[in-house]
Amino acid sequence: MSTPIRTFVLALLVAGLAAAASAQDISGDELRSLDGQVQEIKSDVLNIASELSNLEERLLYPSNTQIAVFVSMAEDETFRLDAVQIEINGEMATHHIYSFQELEALQKGGVQRVYTGNIVTGDHELRVTMMGKLKSGKDFSMSDSFGFSKSVKPKALGITLAGPGLGASGIQVGDW
Amino acid sequence: MGRAPLSVIGLLLSASLATSPSRGEALKDLYFGEALYYAHQGQFFEALERLDTEVKQHDEIDEPELDSLYYHIDDAEFSLGDFELRYRMHHRAGRAIKAVLEGAVDEVVRNDAAYRLARIHFQKNQIADALRALDRIDGKIPASIRDDIEFLRANIYLAEGRATDSIDVLKSLQDSDGFGAFAAYNLGIAYLQDNQRQAALEQLERAGQVTTDDPAEMAIRDKSNLVLGTIFLEDGEYDKAIPFLNRVRLDGPFSNQALLSSGWANMSVDNFDRAVVPWKILADREVTDRAAQEAMLALPYAYGKLNVHGRAAVFYGRALDSFGAEVDKLNASIESIREGKFLEALIREEIRKDKDWVIRLRALPETPETYYLMELLASHDFQTGLQNYLDLADLRRKLLTWSGSFDSFDEMVDIRNSHYEPLLPDVDTEFRELDSRMRLRIEQHKMLVQRRDDMLTKPQPKFLATREEQAIMRRIEQIETQLHGSTSSSAESSRRRLARLKGLLTWTLETEFHDRLTKFDENLRGLDAAMAILQDEYDQYVRARQAATHSFVGYEKPIRRLRAHAQMAVEKIDRLMARQGHLLEVVAIEELIARRGRLESYGDKARFALADSYDRATQAQAKVGEQ
Repeated sequence: MSTPIRTFVLALLVAGLAAAASAQDISGDELRSLDGQVQEIKSDVLNIASELSNLEERLLYPSNTQIAVFVSMAEDETFRLDAVQIEINGEMATHHIYSFQELEALQKGGVQRVYTGNIVTGDHELRVTMMGKLKSGKDFSMSDSFGFSKSVKPKALGITLAGPGLGASGIQVGDW
Repeated sequence: MGRAPLSVIGLLLSASLATSPSRGEALKDLYFGEALYYAHQGQFFEALERLDTEVKQHDEIDEPELDSLYYHIDDAEFSLGDFELRYRMHHRAGRAIKAVLEGAVDEVVRNDAAYRLARIHFQKNQIADALRALDRIDGKIPASIRDDIEFLRANIYLAEGRATDSIDVLKSLQDSDGFGAFAAYNLGIAYLQDNQRQAALEQLERAGQVTTDDPAEMAIRDKSNLVLGTIFLEDGEYDKAIPFLNRVRLDGPFSNQALLSSGWANMSVDNFDRAVVPWKILADREVTDRAAQEAMLALPYAYGKLNVHGRAAVFYGRALDSFGAEVDKLNASIESIREGKFLEALIREEIRKDKDWVIRLRALPETPETYYLMELLASHDFQTGLQNYLDLADLRRKLLTWSGSFDSFDEMVDIRNSHYEPLLPDVDTEFRELDSRMRLRIEQHKMLVQRRDDMLTKPQPKFLATREEQAIMRRIEQIETQLHGSTSSSAESSRRRLARLKGLLTWTLETEFHDRLTKFDENLRGLDAAMAILQDEYDQYVRARQAATHSFVGYEKPIRRLRAHAQMAVEKIDRLMARQGHLLEVVAIEELIARRGRLESYGDKARFALADSYDRATQAQAKVGEQ
């Protein structure tokens, strides 16, 4: 029975694979046709999302009062960013705690829109606080304040974060 | 000579998000950075939505060089292609990159675009288009993608059945840092496809000995050894097969198949005791694996060949129990899929945070035994179907959330409407009155400015007379008119006095002209500042008034239209999910039925072999007793 068993086992293996393959083949055409329709609906929903963002922006953040605050990390930074807190004119605007994925996205050069809101035209103060951990494992917290002016155009402020070092502040704010 | 299926080739063609501008050059467009932020987290819908909008806006600008995206537009269009591909929108992918190719860009950018387009076509299995895109590459090629282009070219040739052309390209990549191990394996496959058996064996042997600690390269090295061993096994050269099969790592992705084949190779040259070793290892592994199940049957078979029938019987017994338990599990799994539990579990969001989430589904109560679906999951069509089902579920969730937003928007617009509408008519009436007064003052101001400017070139001292002086002048003119024609002596005396008075007034106006002009200019400048403040407040009011109107007018139609679109999209998604889900269930059930059939046959065979082993063990024991 030795040889027959081996032949049987091998034959089954082949048959098993063939059966699985044919099951997939039968539905392959339909899966592909559905795939085309799924791509179409994705395109439709993307258009809806785009229109909705536009509408939302007009309705909630009109351009003459709109302010958006973005966060990015300086190049080659190795510190772990845990959280960022943004205050505008002494009022808490937002507070964000970073997940590992978000931190990695920032380290790879992504820019996070951390806050969108409304303020009146004129001069204002932005206060940024970041909390994190250094490579050595030591916790740190850093704050800095910046003045900025809001005109009738939408305002975009870009905050660049770096770990504590000698000299310059680890928090830089740029006007965009 | 057929085509090499893509699955046979060591691909390594994952689309990379290497276009992040901030790591090489300063990022100048925050919104592009925002799209990358989402893409780096695998949220390609959000990344696409933002970047697509940003690129469209850029395209509509009259002076694009003034837009911040201008500095990254090529990268942005490449990224759009990447994101579309990652979001499995193959039909759209490549559209933006084609736009780059057809635009007036420099050679390096055009070649980069051609490569990316070729890669997209290749991934879409559009081999001829991929080759056409590669043919557009001409002139200076960025060093960072030189090997990528050649590796892609070789794979396209292989997929087209042009093994000889592929061999030439792959030979040049043997020392490549990024592609060495993959090029070595693919070269072996190309030789096989070209019917150069000896060259293929030598090349696969080289690929099977690559020194590396990179997990992907170690896997391709294992694959080389497994293929080599399988070739010898199929050709009946069992002795030659064994060392290559033994080289495959025990913890690699190809180890189960290698252990199984190693056992059969040893059995074929009557090395029964050596066959026991790999099969014993394999039989103790994950029971749902095909190779492990086969090993459970093969192991006692080897013991039988070694005349250890008692042990063979024990292992046949174990295999029988195990197959029975697995058949029960499969029945339960088939039932669970039929009840819709598989699809329910698939869309549970929390479980998808793990990269092995499909396997982890088995941990949920009443979900099917997903290990049995692993081979099916590895097939392109099923994987596409599954991903599509999950994408549809995500889109549905998004649309339902947005539908809630539409209600809030409607309410917001209503509240603003009821707040502003009663106020605005009175405000507008008051404003119109203020507006006309203001316009008058503006005109007066303009006139004064004009008068000052005129006096700078053509002095007019009379214009700077004080109110009193003006009154005196008017009085003098009146008296002069009254005296006109009178010849009396008193009239003559009055005329002389008037002339003196006039002279005095003119003297004052002429001599004080410069001082008065300076004072007038100072006062006018003060008025300019006041007028600027007035204009500022006026503009601010106009903006606030417009904002008040814009906060509730013009939303009704877009909200209604979007709501209808979202509703239609949800309905379409529901239909697609039902069809897609049903198809997945059917294919999964077919797979499980096939696996059950195989296990039932194994069970039958094990049952027969178990009885046979008992007989032989009893006979052997009797012989020992007789002796």
